[in-house]
Amino acid sequence: MHSDMEGRAMKKILNDPKNVVDEMLNGFVYANEGKVERIEGTGVIYRTFQDEGKVGLVSGGGSGHEPSHAGFVGEGMLSAAVCGEVFTSPTPDQILEAIKKADQGAGVFLIVKNYTGDVMNFDMAQELADMEDIKVEKVIVDDDIAVEDSTYTAGRRGVAGTVLVHKILGAAAAEGKTLEEIKALADRLVPNIKTIGVAVSPATVPEVGKPGFQLEEDEMEYGIGIHGEPGYRREKIKTSKEIAEELVAQLKKAFNWKRGDRYAVLVNGLGATPLMEQYIFTNDVHALLDREGLAVDFKKVGNLMTSIDMAGISLTLLKLEDEGWLAFLKQPVSVPAWA
Amino acid sequence: MLTAETAAAWLHAFAEKINENKAYLSELDSAIGDGDHGSNLARGVQAMEEKLQAGGLETVQDVLKTAAMALIGKVGGASGPLYGSALIAMAKQAGEDEKDVASIVKAGLDGIQKRGKAEKGEKTMVDVWVPVCEALKSGALTKEVIQNAVDGTKEMKATKGRASYLGERSVGHLDPGAVSSGYLFEALLEGGILDE
Repeated sequence: MHSDMEGRAMKKILNDPKNVVDEMLNGFVYANEGKVERIEGTGVIYRTFQDEGKVGLVSGGGSGHEPSHAGFVGEGMLSAAVCGEVFTSPTPDQILEAIKKADQGAGVFLIVKNYTGDVMNFDMAQELADMEDIKVEKVIVDDDIAVEDSTYTAGRRGVAGTVLVHKILGAAAAEGKTLEEIKALADRLVPNIKTIGVAVSPATVPEVGKPGFQLEEDEMEYGIGIHGEPGYRREKIKTSKEIAEELVAQLKKAFNWKRGDRYAVLVNGLGATPLMEQYIFTNDVHALLDREGLAVDFKKVGNLMTSIDMAGISLTLLKLEDEGWLAFLKQPVSVPAWA
Repeated sequence: MLTAETAAAWLHAFAEKINENKAYLSELDSAIGDGDHGSNLARGVQAMEEKLQAGGLETVQDVLKTAAMALIGKVGGASGPLYGSALIAMAKQAGEDEKDVASIVKAGLDGIQKRGKAEKGEKTMVDVWVPVCEALKSGALTKEVIQNAVDGTKEMKATKGRASYLGERSVGHLDPGAVSSGYLFEALLEGGILDE
């Protein structure tokens, strides 16, 4: 039995907390047998499907955000994902292994969330790949508009919008776009993705054994990060409709949209919020975006970028500046976590 | 002269110094950081030694790159990426000219600064690498140059890295990264690589 500092039991279905990532990855590979494999001795999950002559996509980061990032490995999305320890960046040697696996002769593109450790480690992996004559480019995703500079980040954090980057770039790579074209697409795409979230209860990292922050029974916090980094305001818990109003208002300010603008919407559960609540929230967002006169051409709801057992939700909007982006979003894929 | 053999011997001597001073480095780090510099580096150099002893490394670049990979996979924290970046950059430069030690070490410094964004005078390993690079360029690297550079960090105020949270309170303590970098260059001197 694992317990927190007050001696209360941490109620999780676990064995030794030290082995969570290793055991999780083994289970993941078993569940998706034939579609994905793991490079032995690493946290690298790669797809068995090979796309000769096309650009490989590699993403990754700390674990604890499942189904990100390994859940998006497969035909039409990522070639490989590098899974670090819980909330801890993977090391460059492992990222390099993923790059080598993903390289099908046309270079490899890295999708990195904006956290200091991730940026540093993916950077180094890129330099290592360079020495092995593998062409590598990357994009840093920083879609969280809640706060500037955070516990682990200079600038804005990378959160749920990253999944849309996986999807769109994955479709572009599958279509045969070159590394340079994918880089240009990514650089245009990322500034058009913005996310903001709210948490109603904190996450517990298994090895730590107690929640990463405290919220009173009746409190929620706007703008919390996916590792429990501080947000921008605490309040008494509100209704779904009122929360949606706050988040949409923040996004409106950030995008400065006008009636008729076209958007894609992603409502993302942070781990412990039931789909029932996610759909209720989605219903409220729908009404607000209608009122704003936005054309929502693509919607997605579900647990895609979680924070272990944090309860809460995030709302991502992508401004569809380019007709091609919508087609890429709708392109069918065969990966564990995108239907 | 720098060759695959002397480069491996240099790193081996560095590993020995880290192991001998593991507790001291962690003690220095406890004063102004999180107290794990010695144990982190010791874990890293152990992995490095295993890789280097496996053999099959024919060039200086191979040796430096192998060492880099071992360190970045094992050290963690900030010093793993920083030493790793230094060695990767040095390996790249060794691919250009493996005899030119001054340029190789300078490339290492550039690698550290690119990664950590620290300038001279901020109480970091950079405060050892900069004077060492200058001395190597003019063929005047001595034990005193290294020692003075390391000691010089004592009176500096940290503005980068974890020690920067302490501000003025960091004054009066040696920077652990500077001390471990000092060992790297003492090992370089003692290895006879710089002798004609």
